[in-house]
Amino acid sequence: MSRPGAPRRGIVEALNRTFRHWSLLPAVLVFALLTAYPIVNLLRMAVSTIEFREGREIWSFTPLRNWDLLLADSALGPVVFNTIVFVVVAVAIEMVAGLALALLIGGLTRGKAIMRTLMIIPILVPPVAIGSMFKLMFNHDFGVFNQILGYVGIAPVSWLGSTSLALLSVIIVDVWHWVPFIFLILFAAVEGLPKEVLEAARVDGATRWQLLRRVTLPLLMPALTVALVFRAILAFKTFDEVYLLTGGGPGTSSELLSLHLYKVFFEQNQLGYGALLSVFTIVGVLSLMVLARWLTQRWSLR
Amino acid sequence: MSRLSAATRAALLGWLMLGLALVVVVGPFLWIAVASFKQPIAILSGTWSFTPTLDNYADVLLSKRSDFLAGMRNSLIVATVSTAIVLVVGTLAAYSLHRFAWARWVTLGFLSWTLAFHMIPVLTLVGPWYLAFKQLGLYDTRLALILTHVSVNLPMAVWLMMSFFKDIPPEIEQAALVDGCHPLSAFWCVVLPLVVPGLIAAGVLAFVFSWNEFSIALNLVSQTNATVPVVVAKFAQDYEIQHGQMAAASILATIPALALMVFGQRFIVQGLTMGSVK
Repeated sequence: MSRPGAPRRGIVEALNRTFRHWSLLPAVLVFALLTAYPIVNLLRMAVSTIEFREGREIWSFTPLRNWDLLLADSALGPVVFNTIVFVVVAVAIEMVAGLALALLIGGLTRGKAIMRTLMIIPILVPPVAIGSMFKLMFNHDFGVFNQILGYVGIAPVSWLGSTSLALLSVIIVDVWHWVPFIFLILFAAVEGLPKEVLEAARVDGATRWQLLRRVTLPLLMPALTVALVFRAILAFKTFDEVYLLTGGGPGTSSELLSLHLYKVFFEQNQLGYGALLSVFTIVGVLSLMVLARWLTQRWSLR
Repeated sequence: MSRLSAATRAALLGWLMLGLALVVVVGPFLWIAVASFKQPIAILSGTWSFTPTLDNYADVLLSKRSDFLAGMRNSLIVATVSTAIVLVVGTLAAYSLHRFAWARWVTLGFLSWTLAFHMIPVLTLVGPWYLAFKQLGLYDTRLALILTHVSVNLPMAVWLMMSFFKDIPPEIEQAALVDGCHPLSAFWCVVLPLVVPGLIAAGVLAFVFSWNEFSIALNLVSQTNATVPVVVAKFAQDYEIQHGQMAAASILATIPALALMVFGQRFIVQGLTMGSVK
Protein backbone atom coordinates (compact mmCIF):
# COMPACT_ATOMS: atom_id res chain seq x y z
CA MET A 1 0.00 0.00 0.00
CA SER A 2 1.26 3.46 -0.82
CA ARG A 3 1.45 6.19 1.78
CA PRO A 4 -0.95 8.71 0.12
CA GLY A 5 -3.80 6.20 0.44
CA ALA A 6 -3.41 5.98 4.20
CA PRO A 7 -5.32 9.04 5.40
CA ARG A 8 -8.18 8.23 3.10
CA ARG A 9 -8.31 4.69 4.48
CA GLY A 10 -8.36 6.19 7.93
CA ILE A 11 -11.42 8.26 7.06
CA VAL A 12 -13.20 5.26 5.55
CA GLU A 13 -12.46 3.22 8.65
CA ALA A 14 -13.75 5.97 10.89
CA LEU A 15 -16.88 6.23 8.75
CA ASN A 16 -17.36 2.49 9.04
CA ARG A 17 -16.86 2.45 12.78
CA THR A 18 -19.36 5.22 13.35
CA PHE A 19 -21.77 4.26 10.55
CA ARG A 20 -24.46 3.34 13.06
CA HIS A 21 -24.44 6.83 14.55
CA TRP A 22 -23.97 9.15 11.64
CA SER A 23 -26.59 7.34 9.57
CA LEU A 24 -29.31 8.35 12.03
CA LEU A 25 -27.92 11.75 12.90
CA PRO A 26 -29.12 13.83 9.90
CA ALA A 27 -32.72 12.71 10.36
CA VAL A 28 -32.59 13.45 14.08
CA LEU A 29 -31.15 16.89 13.34
CA VAL A 30 -33.89 17.64 10.79
CA PHE A 31 -36.61 16.69 13.23
CA ALA A 32 -35.00 18.49 16.16
CA LEU A 33 -34.45 21.76 14.31
CA LEU A 34 -37.51 21.84 12.06
CA THR A 35 -40.18 20.16 14.18
CA ALA A 36 -39.19 19.96 17.86
CA TYR A 37 -37.76 23.48 18.06
CA PRO A 38 -40.82 25.11 16.43
CA ILE A 39 -43.12 23.25 18.79
CA VAL A 40 -41.14 24.48 21.81
CA ASN A 41 -41.23 27.93 20.28
CA LEU A 42 -45.03 27.63 19.99
CA LEU A 43 -45.24 27.31 23.77
CA ARG A 44 -43.23 30.50 24.14
CA MET A 45 -45.31 32.31 21.52
CA ALA A 46 -48.54 31.17 23.16
CA VAL A 47 -47.88 33.33 26.21
CA SER A 48 -46.60 36.32 24.26
CA THR A 49 -47.72 39.11 22.02
CA ILE A 50 -45.49 39.55 19.00
CA GLU A 51 -45.51 42.75 17.01
CA PHE A 52 -43.43 44.02 14.16
CA ARG A 53 -42.11 47.55 14.40
CA GLU A 54 -39.71 48.91 11.80
CA GLY A 55 -38.98 45.39 10.63
CA ARG A 56 -38.06 44.12 14.12
CA GLU A 57 -40.14 41.73 16.18
CA ILE A 58 -41.03 42.84 19.63
CA TRP A 59 -42.06 40.17 22.11
CA SER A 60 -43.97 40.99 25.26
CA PHE A 61 -45.09 38.56 27.94
CA THR A 62 -48.90 38.70 28.00
CA PRO A 63 -50.29 35.27 28.82
CA LEU A 64 -53.81 36.45 29.67
CA ARG A 65 -54.28 38.44 26.48
CA ASN A 66 -54.17 35.33 24.31
CA TRP A 67 -56.68 33.57 26.56
CA ASP A 68 -58.97 36.59 26.27
CA LEU A 69 -58.67 36.44 22.50
CA LEU A 70 -59.51 32.74 22.62
CA LEU A 71 -62.64 33.34 24.68
CA ALA A 72 -63.65 36.26 22.46
CA ASP A 73 -63.15 34.31 19.21
CA SER A 74 -66.71 33.86 18.04
CA ALA A 75 -65.59 31.86 14.99
CA LEU A 76 -64.08 29.09 17.08
CA GLY A 77 -67.34 27.25 17.87
CA PRO A 78 -68.50 27.08 14.24
CA VAL A 79 -64.97 26.13 13.14
CA VAL A 80 -64.78 23.15 15.48
CA PHE A 81 -68.31 22.12 14.53
CA ASN A 82 -67.59 22.43 10.79
CA THR A 83 -64.37 20.45 11.11
CA ILE A 84 -66.10 17.58 12.92
CA VAL A 85 -68.99 17.51 10.43
CA PHE A 86 -66.54 17.67 7.53
CA VAL A 87 -64.31 14.85 8.80
CA VAL A 88 -67.15 12.53 9.81
CA VAL A 89 -69.35 12.99 6.73
CA ALA A 90 -66.57 13.10 4.12
CA VAL A 91 -64.65 10.14 5.53
CA ALA A 92 -67.82 8.04 5.95
CA ILE A 93 -68.84 8.59 2.33
CA GLU A 94 -65.29 7.96 1.13
CA MET A 95 -65.01 4.68 3.05
CA VAL A 96 -68.27 3.30 1.66
CA ALA A 97 -67.58 4.43 -1.91
CA GLY A 98 -63.96 3.30 -1.80
CA LEU A 99 -64.94 -0.13 -0.53
CA ALA A 100 -67.64 -0.50 -3.17
CA LEU A 101 -65.20 0.45 -5.91
CA ALA A 102 -62.50 -1.89 -4.61
CA LEU A 103 -64.92 -4.82 -4.52
CA LEU A 104 -66.36 -3.99 -7.96
CA ILE A 105 -63.00 -3.57 -9.67
CA GLY A 106 -61.50 -6.47 -7.71
CA GLY A 107 -64.26 -8.67 -9.15
CA LEU A 108 -63.45 -7.79 -12.75
CA THR A 109 -61.86 -10.44 -14.91
CA ARG A 110 -60.27 -7.98 -17.35
CA GLY A 111 -59.09 -4.37 -17.33
CA LYS A 112 -58.17 -4.16 -13.65
CA ALA A 113 -54.85 -2.39 -14.26
CA ILE A 114 -56.29 0.31 -16.50
CA MET A 115 -59.21 0.89 -14.13
CA ARG A 116 -56.83 1.26 -11.23
CA THR A 117 -54.68 3.78 -13.10
CA LEU A 118 -57.70 5.86 -14.07
CA MET A 119 -59.20 5.72 -10.59
CA ILE A 120 -56.13 7.08 -8.81
CA ILE A 121 -55.76 10.18 -11.01
CA PRO A 122 -57.51 12.52 -8.53
CA ILE A 123 -54.95 11.84 -5.77
CA LEU A 124 -52.15 13.11 -8.01
CA VAL A 125 -53.65 16.44 -8.96
CA PRO A 126 -52.35 19.38 -6.92
CA PRO A 127 -55.09 20.18 -4.38
CA VAL A 128 -54.92 23.79 -5.47
CA ALA A 129 -55.68 22.78 -9.05
CA ILE A 130 -58.60 20.70 -7.77
CA GLY A 131 -59.90 23.71 -5.87
CA SER A 132 -59.61 25.92 -8.91
CA MET A 133 -61.21 23.31 -11.20
CA PHE A 134 -64.20 22.84 -8.93
CA LYS A 135 -64.51 26.56 -8.41
CA LEU A 136 -65.18 26.77 -12.14
CA MET A 137 -67.52 23.79 -12.10
CA PHE A 138 -69.50 25.19 -9.16
CA ASN A 139 -69.87 28.56 -10.91
CA HIS A 140 -73.40 29.87 -10.63
CA ASP A 141 -73.77 31.00 -14.23
CA PHE A 142 -71.86 28.51 -16.37
CA GLY A 143 -70.67 25.73 -14.02
CA VAL A 144 -71.35 22.14 -14.99
CA PHE A 145 -73.24 21.40 -11.76
CA ASN A 146 -75.88 24.01 -12.47
CA GLN A 147 -75.90 22.97 -16.14
CA ILE A 148 -76.84 19.43 -15.10
CA LEU A 149 -79.48 20.76 -12.71
CA GLY A 150 -80.81 22.81 -15.63
CA TYR A 151 -81.24 19.68 -17.77
CA VAL A 152 -83.55 18.17 -15.16
CA GLY A 153 -85.41 21.45 -14.75
CA ILE A 154 -84.02 22.67 -11.44
CA ALA A 155 -83.13 26.34 -11.03
CA PRO A 156 -79.42 27.17 -10.60
CA VAL A 157 -78.06 26.92 -7.08
CA SER A 158 -75.38 29.04 -5.44
CA TRP A 159 -73.06 26.19 -4.44
CA LEU A 160 -70.26 28.19 -2.85
CA GLY A 161 -72.17 31.36 -1.97
CA SER A 162 -74.88 30.08 0.35
CA THR A 163 -74.34 29.26 4.00
CA SER A 164 -76.29 26.02 3.77
CA LEU A 165 -74.45 24.59 0.76
CA ALA A 166 -70.86 25.82 1.10
CA LEU A 167 -69.67 23.08 3.47
CA LEU A 168 -71.50 20.45 1.43
CA SER A 169 -69.74 21.66 -1.71
CA VAL A 170 -66.37 21.38 0.02
CA ILE A 171 -67.30 17.84 1.10
CA ILE A 172 -68.23 16.93 -2.49
CA VAL A 173 -64.80 18.06 -3.68
CA ASP A 174 -63.05 16.20 -0.87
CA VAL A 175 -64.95 13.00 -1.68
CA TRP A 176 -63.93 13.28 -5.33
CA HIS A 177 -60.33 13.84 -4.32
CA TRP A 178 -59.94 11.08 -1.74
CA VAL A 179 -62.19 8.13 -2.62
CA PRO A 180 -59.32 6.92 -4.85
CA PHE A 181 -57.00 6.84 -1.82
CA ILE A 182 -59.33 4.51 0.09
CA PHE A 183 -59.86 2.53 -3.10
CA LEU A 184 -56.12 2.06 -3.59
CA ILE A 185 -55.54 0.66 -0.09
CA LEU A 186 -58.65 -1.54 -0.12
CA PHE A 187 -58.06 -2.74 -3.68
CA ALA A 188 -54.65 -4.09 -2.67
CA ALA A 189 -56.31 -5.87 0.26
CA VAL A 190 -59.11 -7.28 -1.93
CA GLU A 191 -56.51 -8.63 -4.35
CA GLY A 192 -54.78 -10.30 -1.42
CA LEU A 193 -57.91 -12.06 -0.11
CA PRO A 194 -57.43 -15.84 0.18
CA LYS A 195 -59.39 -17.27 -2.74
CA GLU A 196 -59.82 -20.69 -1.08
CA VAL A 197 -61.72 -19.25 1.88
CA LEU A 198 -64.16 -17.37 -0.36
CA GLU A 199 -64.56 -20.42 -2.56
CA ALA A 200 -65.20 -22.67 0.44
CA ALA A 201 -67.90 -20.34 1.74
CA ARG A 202 -69.51 -20.23 -1.70
CA VAL A 203 -69.49 -24.04 -1.98
CA ASP A 204 -71.09 -24.24 1.45
CA GLY A 205 -73.99 -22.26 0.01
CA ALA A 206 -73.39 -18.77 1.41
CA THR A 207 -75.39 -16.05 -0.34
CA ARG A 208 -73.64 -12.99 -1.80
CA TRP A 209 -74.71 -10.90 1.17
CA GLN A 210 -73.54 -13.49 3.71
CA LEU A 211 -70.26 -13.80 1.85
CA LEU A 212 -69.68 -10.05 2.07
CA ARG A 213 -70.90 -9.63 5.63
CA ARG A 214 -69.37 -12.72 7.25
CA VAL A 215 -66.24 -13.45 5.20
CA THR A 216 -64.99 -10.57 3.07
CA LEU A 217 -65.51 -7.68 5.51
CA PRO A 218 -63.91 -9.41 8.53
CA LEU A 219 -60.92 -10.33 6.35
CA LEU A 220 -60.64 -6.72 5.15
CA MET A 221 -60.82 -5.30 8.69
CA PRO A 222 -57.08 -4.52 9.06
CA ALA A 223 -57.00 -2.69 5.72
CA LEU A 224 -60.25 -0.87 6.54
CA THR A 225 -58.77 0.31 9.84
CA VAL A 226 -55.58 1.53 8.16
CA ALA A 227 -57.55 3.38 5.48
CA LEU A 228 -59.90 4.94 8.04
CA VAL A 229 -57.15 6.16 10.35
CA PHE A 230 -54.96 7.58 7.59
CA ARG A 231 -57.84 9.28 5.87
CA ALA A 232 -59.27 10.77 9.06
CA ILE A 233 -55.86 12.30 9.85
CA LEU A 234 -55.59 13.81 6.39
CA ALA A 235 -59.18 15.08 6.43
CA PHE A 236 -58.50 16.84 9.71
CA LYS A 237 -55.66 18.79 8.04
CA THR A 238 -57.62 19.92 4.95
CA PHE A 239 -56.68 23.42 3.89
CA ASP A 240 -55.93 23.98 0.20
CA GLU A 241 -59.34 23.25 -1.31
CA VAL A 242 -61.32 25.26 1.25
CA TYR A 243 -58.94 28.18 0.93
CA LEU A 244 -59.56 28.27 -2.79
CA LEU A 245 -63.22 27.29 -3.01
CA THR A 246 -64.90 29.35 -0.31
CA GLY A 247 -62.17 30.92 1.83
CA GLY A 248 -64.24 29.63 4.74
CA GLY A 249 -67.30 31.66 3.78
CA PRO A 250 -69.92 32.81 3.51
CA GLY A 251 -69.33 34.01 7.07
CA THR A 252 -67.79 31.06 8.84
CA SER A 253 -70.10 28.48 7.28
CA SER A 254 -67.31 26.42 5.70
CA GLU A 255 -64.29 27.46 7.76
CA LEU A 256 -62.20 24.47 8.87
CA LEU A 257 -59.57 24.35 11.58
CA SER A 258 -56.48 24.70 9.36
CA LEU A 259 -58.01 27.65 7.55
CA HIS A 260 -58.85 29.32 10.84
CA LEU A 261 -55.24 28.88 12.01
CA TYR A 262 -54.09 30.47 8.76
CA LYS A 263 -56.43 33.42 9.22
CA VAL A 264 -55.38 34.03 12.81
CA PHE A 265 -51.66 33.76 12.00
CA PHE A 266 -51.41 35.49 8.67
CA GLU A 267 -54.51 37.61 8.12
CA GLN A 268 -55.09 38.93 11.64
CA ASN A 269 -51.34 38.72 12.42
CA GLN A 270 -52.06 37.33 15.89
CA LEU A 271 -48.95 35.17 16.20
CA GLY A 272 -49.44 34.76 19.95
CA TYR A 273 -53.08 33.75 19.86
CA GLY A 274 -52.41 31.57 16.80
CA ALA A 275 -49.73 29.75 18.77
CA LEU A 276 -52.15 29.15 21.65
CA LEU A 277 -54.68 27.70 19.21
CA SER A 278 -51.92 25.59 17.64
CA VAL A 279 -50.91 24.18 21.03
CA PHE A 280 -54.52 23.17 21.67
CA THR A 281 -54.73 21.62 18.21
CA ILE A 282 -51.55 19.60 18.74
CA VAL A 283 -52.66 18.41 22.19
CA GLY A 284 -56.05 17.45 20.73
CA VAL A 285 -54.52 15.54 17.82
CA LEU A 286 -52.08 13.68 20.06
CA SER A 287 -54.80 12.68 22.53
CA LEU A 288 -56.88 11.39 19.63
CA MET A 289 -53.84 9.41 18.47
CA VAL A 290 -53.36 7.85 21.93
CA LEU A 291 -57.09 7.14 22.18
CA ALA A 292 -57.14 5.47 18.75
CA ARG A 293 -54.16 3.31 19.70
CA TRP A 294 -55.77 2.30 22.95
CA LEU A 295 -59.06 1.48 21.22
CA THR A 296 -57.49 -0.63 18.47
CA GLN A 297 -55.42 -2.52 21.03
CA ARG A 298 -58.46 -3.33 23.15
CA TRP A 299 -60.37 -4.18 20.03
CA SER A 300 -57.72 -6.58 18.73
CA LEU A 301 -57.35 -8.26 22.15
CA ARG A 302 -61.01 -9.23 22.22
CA MET B 1 -85.75 -7.21 -17.19
CA SER B 2 -87.64 -10.09 -15.60
CA ARG B 3 -86.29 -12.52 -18.19
CA LEU B 4 -82.72 -11.88 -17.06
CA SER B 5 -81.36 -14.07 -14.31
CA ALA B 6 -80.40 -12.53 -10.96
CA ALA B 7 -76.69 -13.01 -11.70
CA THR B 8 -76.89 -11.17 -15.03
CA ARG B 9 -78.79 -8.35 -13.41
CA ALA B 10 -76.16 -8.03 -10.68
CA ALA B 11 -73.41 -7.99 -13.32
CA LEU B 12 -75.24 -5.33 -15.31
CA LEU B 13 -75.69 -3.22 -12.19
CA GLY B 14 -71.99 -3.63 -11.45
CA TRP B 15 -70.99 -2.42 -14.92
CA LEU B 16 -73.40 0.49 -14.62
CA MET B 17 -71.84 1.56 -11.33
CA LEU B 18 -68.33 1.21 -12.74
CA GLY B 19 -69.27 3.32 -15.74
CA LEU B 20 -70.73 5.95 -13.46
CA ALA B 21 -67.60 5.94 -11.30
CA LEU B 22 -65.45 6.39 -14.38
CA VAL B 23 -67.53 9.36 -15.55
CA VAL B 24 -67.39 10.94 -12.10
CA VAL B 25 -63.61 10.51 -11.76
CA VAL B 26 -62.55 11.48 -15.27
CA GLY B 27 -65.39 13.87 -16.11
CA PRO B 28 -64.09 16.95 -14.27
CA PHE B 29 -60.78 16.72 -16.15
CA LEU B 30 -62.51 16.57 -19.49
CA TRP B 31 -64.74 19.50 -18.58
CA ILE B 32 -61.77 21.61 -17.44
CA ALA B 33 -59.64 20.54 -20.40
CA VAL B 34 -62.44 21.60 -22.75
CA ALA B 35 -62.88 24.88 -20.87
CA SER B 36 -59.17 25.62 -21.14
CA PHE B 37 -59.48 25.75 -24.94
CA LYS B 38 -62.48 28.10 -24.90
CA GLN B 39 -62.65 31.85 -25.42
CA PRO B 40 -64.20 33.75 -22.48
CA ILE B 41 -67.51 34.11 -24.34
CA ALA B 42 -67.76 30.37 -24.95
CA ILE B 43 -67.04 29.65 -21.28
CA LEU B 44 -69.65 32.09 -20.05
CA SER B 45 -72.33 30.77 -22.39
CA GLY B 46 -71.60 27.17 -21.37
CA THR B 47 -71.79 26.00 -24.97
CA TRP B 48 -70.43 22.66 -26.16
CA SER B 49 -69.72 23.80 -29.73
CA PHE B 50 -66.93 26.36 -30.04
CA THR B 51 -63.75 27.11 -31.94
CA PRO B 52 -60.79 25.88 -29.87
CA THR B 53 -58.12 28.41 -29.05
CA LEU B 54 -54.70 28.28 -27.41
CA ASP B 55 -55.01 31.84 -26.11
CA ASN B 56 -55.47 30.74 -22.49
CA TYR B 57 -52.32 28.65 -22.51
CA ALA B 58 -50.35 31.35 -24.27
CA ASP B 59 -51.54 33.86 -21.70
CA VAL B 60 -50.62 31.63 -18.74
CA LEU B 61 -47.18 30.73 -20.09
CA LEU B 62 -46.06 33.81 -21.98
CA SER B 63 -47.86 36.93 -20.81
CA LYS B 64 -45.89 39.41 -18.72
CA ARG B 65 -48.58 39.47 -16.04
CA SER B 66 -48.24 35.73 -15.44
CA ASP B 67 -45.69 34.25 -13.04
CA PHE B 68 -46.35 30.71 -14.19
CA LEU B 69 -42.99 29.94 -15.80
CA ALA B 70 -41.10 31.46 -12.84
CA GLY B 71 -43.32 29.34 -10.60
CA MET B 72 -42.45 26.23 -12.60
CA ARG B 73 -38.78 27.00 -12.17
CA ASN B 74 -39.13 27.56 -8.40
CA SER B 75 -41.21 24.41 -7.98
CA LEU B 76 -38.73 22.37 -9.97
CA ILE B 77 -35.77 23.55 -7.87
CA VAL B 78 -37.56 23.15 -4.54
CA ALA B 79 -39.01 19.73 -5.38
CA THR B 80 -35.78 18.33 -6.84
CA VAL B 81 -33.46 19.50 -4.08
CA SER B 82 -35.83 18.59 -1.24
CA THR B 83 -36.47 15.15 -2.76
CA ALA B 84 -32.74 14.47 -3.04
CA ILE B 85 -32.17 15.42 0.60
CA VAL B 86 -35.20 13.42 1.75
CA LEU B 87 -33.93 10.33 -0.05
CA VAL B 88 -30.40 10.51 1.38
CA VAL B 89 -31.41 11.38 4.94
CA GLY B 90 -34.47 9.11 4.98
CA THR B 91 -32.73 6.06 3.55
CA LEU B 92 -29.79 6.35 5.96
CA ALA B 93 -32.13 6.74 8.94
CA ALA B 94 -34.36 3.86 7.86
CA TYR B 95 -31.32 1.61 7.38
CA SER B 96 -29.87 2.63 10.72
CA LEU B 97 -33.12 1.91 12.56
CA HIS B 98 -33.63 -1.35 10.71
CA ARG B 99 -30.10 -2.74 10.78
CA PHE B 100 -28.37 -1.53 13.94
CA ALA B 101 -29.45 -2.64 17.39
CA TRP B 102 -30.67 0.70 18.67
CA ALA B 103 -32.21 0.68 22.13
CA ARG B 104 -35.95 0.25 22.04
CA TRP B 105 -36.63 3.76 23.25
CA VAL B 106 -34.59 5.24 20.39
CA THR B 107 -36.46 3.40 17.65
CA LEU B 108 -39.84 3.80 19.31
CA GLY B 109 -39.21 7.44 20.16
CA PHE B 110 -38.08 8.27 16.63
CA LEU B 111 -40.99 6.52 14.94
CA SER B 112 -43.61 7.93 17.35
CA TRP B 113 -42.25 11.41 16.81
CA THR B 114 -42.47 11.10 13.02
CA LEU B 115 -45.99 9.72 13.35
CA ALA B 116 -47.08 12.50 15.70
CA PHE B 117 -45.52 15.17 13.50
CA HIS B 118 -47.20 13.65 10.46
CA MET B 119 -50.61 13.91 12.14
CA ILE B 120 -50.36 17.53 13.24
CA PRO B 121 -51.89 20.05 10.82
CA VAL B 122 -48.90 21.70 9.16
CA LEU B 123 -50.40 25.15 9.68
CA THR B 124 -49.72 24.91 13.40
CA LEU B 125 -46.00 24.98 12.56
CA VAL B 126 -46.02 27.53 9.75
CA GLY B 127 -46.24 30.34 12.33
CA PRO B 128 -43.05 29.37 14.24
CA TRP B 129 -41.33 28.58 10.93
CA TYR B 130 -42.20 32.04 9.70
CA LEU B 131 -40.62 33.65 12.79
CA ALA B 132 -37.54 31.42 12.72
CA PHE B 133 -36.85 31.99 9.02
CA LYS B 134 -37.34 35.74 9.48
CA GLN B 135 -34.71 35.74 12.22
CA LEU B 136 -32.31 33.71 10.09
CA GLY B 137 -32.88 35.93 7.07
CA LEU B 138 -34.29 32.95 5.17
CA TYR B 139 -37.83 34.28 4.85
CA ASP B 140 -38.87 34.42 1.19
CA THR B 141 -36.09 32.11 -0.03
CA ARG B 142 -36.31 28.79 -1.80
CA LEU B 143 -34.06 27.35 0.93
CA ALA B 144 -36.85 27.89 3.49
CA LEU B 145 -39.24 25.87 1.33
CA ILE B 146 -36.65 23.16 0.72
CA LEU B 147 -35.95 22.73 4.45
CA THR B 148 -39.61 22.63 5.45
CA HIS B 149 -40.52 20.25 2.61
CA VAL B 150 -37.71 17.95 3.74
CA SER B 151 -39.12 17.78 7.26
CA VAL B 152 -42.67 17.23 6.00
CA ASN B 153 -41.71 14.38 3.64
CA LEU B 154 -39.08 12.68 5.78
CA PRO B 155 -41.51 10.53 7.86
CA MET B 156 -42.99 9.01 4.69
CA ALA B 157 -39.54 8.23 3.28
CA VAL B 158 -38.34 6.61 6.52
CA TRP B 159 -41.42 4.37 6.84
CA LEU B 160 -41.42 3.37 3.20
CA MET B 161 -37.71 2.59 3.13
CA MET B 162 -37.94 0.61 6.37
CA SER B 163 -40.60 -1.64 4.90
CA PHE B 164 -38.40 -2.22 1.85
CA PHE B 165 -35.34 -2.99 4.02
CA LYS B 166 -37.41 -5.46 6.04
CA ASP B 167 -38.11 -7.38 2.85
CA ILE B 168 -34.43 -8.15 2.26
CA PRO B 169 -33.38 -11.53 3.67
CA PRO B 170 -30.75 -10.86 6.39
CA GLU B 171 -28.60 -13.71 5.02
CA ILE B 172 -27.62 -11.67 1.96
CA GLU B 173 -26.09 -8.95 4.08
CA GLN B 174 -24.48 -11.40 6.50
CA ALA B 175 -22.87 -13.19 3.58
CA ALA B 176 -21.33 -9.92 2.41
CA LEU B 177 -20.02 -9.15 5.91
CA VAL B 178 -18.60 -12.65 6.32
CA ASP B 179 -16.84 -12.26 2.97
CA GLY B 180 -14.99 -9.27 4.42
CA CYS B 181 -17.17 -6.35 3.36
CA HIS B 182 -17.18 -3.26 5.56
CA PRO B 183 -20.61 -2.34 6.94
CA LEU B 184 -20.56 0.72 4.70
CA SER B 185 -19.78 -1.18 1.50
CA ALA B 186 -22.27 -3.90 2.44
CA PHE B 187 -24.88 -1.15 2.62
CA TRP B 188 -23.71 0.63 -0.52
CA CYS B 189 -22.95 -2.34 -2.81
CA VAL B 190 -25.32 -5.05 -1.58
CA VAL B 191 -28.35 -3.60 0.20
CA LEU B 192 -28.93 -0.34 -1.66
CA PRO B 193 -29.25 -1.89 -5.15
CA LEU B 194 -31.94 -4.20 -3.75
CA VAL B 195 -34.14 -1.31 -2.59
CA VAL B 196 -34.08 0.73 -5.82
CA PRO B 197 -37.85 0.21 -6.23
CA GLY B 198 -38.30 1.71 -2.76
CA LEU B 199 -36.07 4.66 -3.64
CA ILE B 200 -38.12 5.31 -6.76
CA ALA B 201 -41.40 5.09 -4.84
CA ALA B 202 -40.21 7.38 -2.03
CA GLY B 203 -38.62 9.76 -4.52
CA VAL B 204 -41.72 10.07 -6.69
CA LEU B 205 -43.96 10.59 -3.65
CA ALA B 206 -41.66 13.20 -2.10
CA PHE B 207 -41.38 15.05 -5.41
CA VAL B 208 -45.13 15.05 -6.00
CA PHE B 209 -45.92 16.15 -2.42
CA SER B 210 -43.40 18.95 -2.70
CA TRP B 211 -44.70 19.96 -6.13
CA ASN B 212 -48.29 20.05 -4.85
CA GLU B 213 -47.58 21.63 -1.46
CA PHE B 214 -49.48 24.87 -0.93
CA SER B 215 -49.97 25.95 2.70
CA ILE B 216 -46.25 26.39 3.47
CA ALA B 217 -45.37 28.00 0.15
CA LEU B 218 -48.28 30.43 0.56
CA ASN B 219 -46.84 31.82 3.79
CA LEU B 220 -43.06 31.48 3.64
CA VAL B 221 -42.34 33.06 0.25
CA SER B 222 -43.67 36.00 -1.73
CA GLN B 223 -44.12 36.59 -5.43
CA THR B 224 -40.60 36.05 -6.81
CA ASN B 225 -40.11 32.70 -5.12
CA ALA B 226 -43.72 31.49 -5.40
CA THR B 227 -44.25 27.88 -6.48
CA VAL B 228 -46.79 26.64 -9.02
CA PRO B 229 -49.67 26.05 -6.53
CA VAL B 230 -49.35 29.62 -5.25
CA VAL B 231 -49.42 30.97 -8.81
CA VAL B 232 -52.46 28.83 -9.66
CA ALA B 233 -54.24 30.06 -6.54
CA LYS B 234 -53.58 33.63 -7.63
CA PHE B 235 -55.31 33.01 -10.95
CA ALA B 236 -58.38 31.83 -9.05
CA GLN B 237 -58.35 34.74 -6.62
CA ASP B 238 -57.65 37.85 -8.66
CA TYR B 239 -60.34 40.47 -8.58
CA GLU B 240 -61.17 39.97 -12.21
CA ILE B 241 -61.21 36.18 -12.29
CA GLN B 242 -59.89 34.87 -15.61
CA HIS B 243 -61.74 31.61 -16.02
CA GLY B 244 -59.96 30.34 -19.12
CA GLN B 245 -56.51 31.01 -17.68
CA MET B 246 -57.59 29.35 -14.44
CA ALA B 247 -58.51 26.18 -16.32
CA ALA B 248 -55.33 26.21 -18.39
CA ALA B 249 -53.14 26.79 -15.32
CA SER B 250 -54.84 23.90 -13.47
CA ILE B 251 -54.18 21.55 -16.37
CA LEU B 252 -50.55 22.69 -16.73
CA ALA B 253 -49.88 22.36 -13.00
CA THR B 254 -51.21 18.80 -13.02
CA ILE B 255 -49.20 17.39 -15.93
CA PRO B 256 -45.73 17.00 -14.30
CA ALA B 257 -47.01 15.21 -11.19
CA LEU B 258 -49.28 13.01 -13.27
CA ALA B 259 -46.49 12.00 -15.66
CA LEU B 260 -44.17 11.15 -12.78
CA MET B 261 -46.79 9.12 -10.99
CA VAL B 262 -47.69 7.08 -14.04
CA PHE B 263 -44.00 6.19 -14.20
CA GLY B 264 -43.69 5.44 -10.48
CA GLN B 265 -47.09 3.88 -9.87
CA ARG B 266 -45.90 0.28 -9.94
CA PHE B 267 -43.33 0.87 -7.20
CA ILE B 268 -45.64 2.95 -5.04
CA VAL B 269 -48.39 0.34 -5.09
CA GLN B 270 -45.76 -2.24 -4.16
CA GLY B 271 -44.60 -0.13 -1.22
CA LEU B 272 -48.13 0.65 -0.08
CA THR B 273 -49.22 -2.98 -0.03
CA MET B 274 -46.00 -4.04 1.67
CA GLY B 275 -46.12 -1.55 4.48
CA SER B 276 -49.71 -1.19 5.47
CA VAL B 277 -51.73 -4.21 4.60
CA LYS B 278 -49.47 -7.21 4.82
